[in-house]
Amino acid sequence: MSLVEVKGLTKRFGKFTAVKNVNLSVNEGEIYGFIGPNGAGKSTTIRVLLGMLKPSEGQVTIFGKDAWKDAVAIHKRVAYVSGDANLWPNLTGGEVIDLFLTMRGKGNENRRDELIQRFKLDPSKKCRTYSKGNRQKIALIAAFASEADLYILDEPTAGLDPLMERIFQECILEVKQQGKTVLLSSHILSEVEKLCDRVAIIREGEIIETGTLSQMRHLTRTKLTVETRKAMVGLSELKGVHDAIHTNDGWAFQVDSEEMEKVIEYISQFGVLKLESAPPTLEDLFIRHYKEDSEEQSSVTGGV
Amino acid sequence: MMIAQLFKGTNRIIGLLFKQNGLKISLWLFGLIGVSLATVTAYTTIYTSEKEIFEFGLTMQNPAMVAMLGKAYQVETFNLGAVFASEMLLFSAIAVSVMNILLVTSSTRMDEEEGRLELIRALPVGRLSYLLAGIILMVIVNSVLFIFLSIGLGSFMHESFNLESVMLYSGVLASTGLFFAGVAAVAAQLTATTRGALGISFGGMITAYTVRAVGDVSNEGLSLNSPLGWTVRTKVFVDNQWWPIIFLVCGAATLLVSAFYLNHKRDINAGLLPDKKGKRYASHFLKSRFGLTWRLEKGTILSWAIGIFLMSAAFGSILGDLEAYFSDFELVQKVLPDGSTASMIEQFITLLIGIMSVFAAIPTVSILLKLKKEERMGRTENFYSRAVSRSEIMGSYYIVAFLTGILTQILIGIGLYVSASQVIEKTIGLGSVLASVLAYVPAIWVVIGLTTLLVGVFPKWAGFVWVYMFFAMLVIYLGSLLGFPEWLNRFSAFYHVPLLPNEEVNWLTLSLLSIVGTVLSVSGFLGYNKRDI
Repeated sequence: MSLVEVKGLTKRFGKFTAVKNVNLSVNEGEIYGFIGPNGAGKSTTIRVLLGMLKPSEGQVTIFGKDAWKDAVAIHKRVAYVSGDANLWPNLTGGEVIDLFLTMRGKGNENRRDELIQRFKLDPSKKCRTYSKGNRQKIALIAAFASEADLYILDEPTAGLDPLMERIFQECILEVKQQGKTVLLSSHILSEVEKLCDRVAIIREGEIIETGTLSQMRHLTRTKLTVETRKAMVGLSELKGVHDAIHTNDGWAFQVDSEEMEKVIEYISQFGVLKLESAPPTLEDLFIRHYKEDSEEQSSVTGGV
Repeated sequence: MMIAQLFKGTNRIIGLLFKQNGLKISLWLFGLIGVSLATVTAYTTIYTSEKEIFEFGLTMQNPAMVAMLGKAYQVETFNLGAVFASEMLLFSAIAVSVMNILLVTSSTRMDEEEGRLELIRALPVGRLSYLLAGIILMVIVNSVLFIFLSIGLGSFMHESFNLESVMLYSGVLASTGLFFAGVAAVAAQLTATTRGALGISFGGMITAYTVRAVGDVSNEGLSLNSPLGWTVRTKVFVDNQWWPIIFLVCGAATLLVSAFYLNHKRDINAGLLPDKKGKRYASHFLKSRFGLTWRLEKGTILSWAIGIFLMSAAFGSILGDLEAYFSDFELVQKVLPDGSTASMIEQFITLLIGIMSVFAAIPTVSILLKLKKEERMGRTENFYSRAVSRSEIMGSYYIVAFLTGILTQILIGIGLYVSASQVIEKTIGLGSVLASVLAYVPAIWVVIGLTTLLVGVFPKWAGFVWVYMFFAMLVIYLGSLLGFPEWLNRFSAFYHVPLLPNEEVNWLTLSLLSIVGTVLSVSGFLGYNKRDI
């Protein structure tokens, strides 16, 4: 069952279209990654999901309810963390966490204190004195101490140190074990790779790729590093081989997934001493998408 | 060499500050100079004969007027310039001071609190450059005011508006402004927040005004302790005393130098007053519906409440002198034939309540506008991403603002009553004073409604409500003088309020004002629920 359902969402600000015909569906119990560069429309989409922006076109439902009209009812079961926690400078961290828990309806006091310990936060300081990372911790503690069914996290780890980022990842996995759903928008691709079941990539307001990581990888290239007994020749001319570099010991190159069989057959005749293969990282996928797009764009411009 | 290092890059920062504040500065200067020149124009047509000027001089001896506007001239010495200065000098000086306080605070503590100073300080720029730039900016602004106001007033070619007099008049405004720029610069070093700095500066200004008011009526020596007491002692257009300017400029210089010293001593983003350790848990009250709004606005509400109570009490305390003035002064009785002493006092109380009511609506409006500020700062997201509706949040600001409006009105009444009942023989009833102040609540409701509408539907134009408030103040204080047409006066909600106890309670007008207030408010709430955050 899909918990979040976005159909044909378009959001315009005056003449500027921030989000164009976006379709998304997040299933119950999964961690859904939402990635894209700055200004691609991630936060706009999330703010529509939260009922802060009204869709110009399209339908957005969460728990089967309309995200704009039933915002308050929906939010009783949602916890949200933004990448830029704007807090009241003259309230203490502890007060803000309590306030946030009260506003959602129910919160778990023991869990609150436990999380404060885990994230190593001093809740008696005024918010104005906290660093960015500490303000972020407050938002995260308030989110994880609330018993929500859906977690909407918009670049939640911005400013956290690596130790705290690990604790964040633990929290996410705990939440997942309880069968809850997470929508995670992030720049930190290794984090998305580690946590997410499915991923959507957004670019200039449009979703250009969705699916599980293995599905996405299937469409792309694998990195190979090979050492052979005999000197290998003619590799670069093979169909499906890209970026072949002759190193001291052998070759490093990328292969399109559908050509893998033929390429392996070809190199085996040179006597393989060592073969290392690595799946493309999300970063590779991401960068490839953008490189292709910018190449397309420049060729279009060139044609004109 | 060391000193030069501290002030490196000041010129560029001045340019930056001009870019940030240019529009604000031009609006202020244009408004200040414009109102002054318009008033002189009006006066040259009203006070055409010796007799009218003499009569005005008489009213100015009235202790109520002395408390409000300062005591400067002997009746015999009045000329047109003195009439103008009596009515305009002190309030203009206060307006100039407000401008100085706001501009200094925004280019010092506000830029620091919001992190802009840090960006600048990371560049090859001296440690004190930003403060110096802010101060030079204010010296320039006050000098421009001085020059243009002198030229403007001089261009009337009236005998009393001679070169020395207009320069002294403009000079005393500019130097009062600079003095409060100094106050604001010191205040900006003391607290770590913009709000705290503004509180100290405005608190200082209100204290100066109150000390002068009490001193001018009863004890000359007391007034000399207040910078605003100096401001009103130039006898400009008559005797042209320059010492107040010297006092003000020396005071300003001392304050500004202290600001540099304090700034040099403290760390960036810190204040000199200590920060207390806070609570680990939120209280039950904070978690309640109005708890947060109250907590955020507590400072504003309490400081305004105290200020308004004290000001009303100060005005009330001079009613005794006023009574004595009316009954003793034979001439007054002649000039103001319809005035039995009692009704004169009542008329004065009515005018006072009118002015105080517009003034006291300022905290109400500013509380409601905070909702927009919270949105701009990205903090309303914290509400609307949780199970809280927009009407609930706007409602809590609305109700806190409304209650503040009623509270300040009641405090005006109580302040006047408590002190007046000590000093005048024929006591006024608490009930009738409260009725007169509460009659303004429907008008305040209209202003609240307007603010709600702006925040809810036209958030970019929310600041317009201040223009409206300024207009309302102008109608009450200068409307008849500037000859505003009736239809224009009618735009001010405060203009319609029946002047109790002299007039009958007009329930129809009050209901109409309330209806307008309600309609504006409801439209504001509807709009707020429909728009993007």
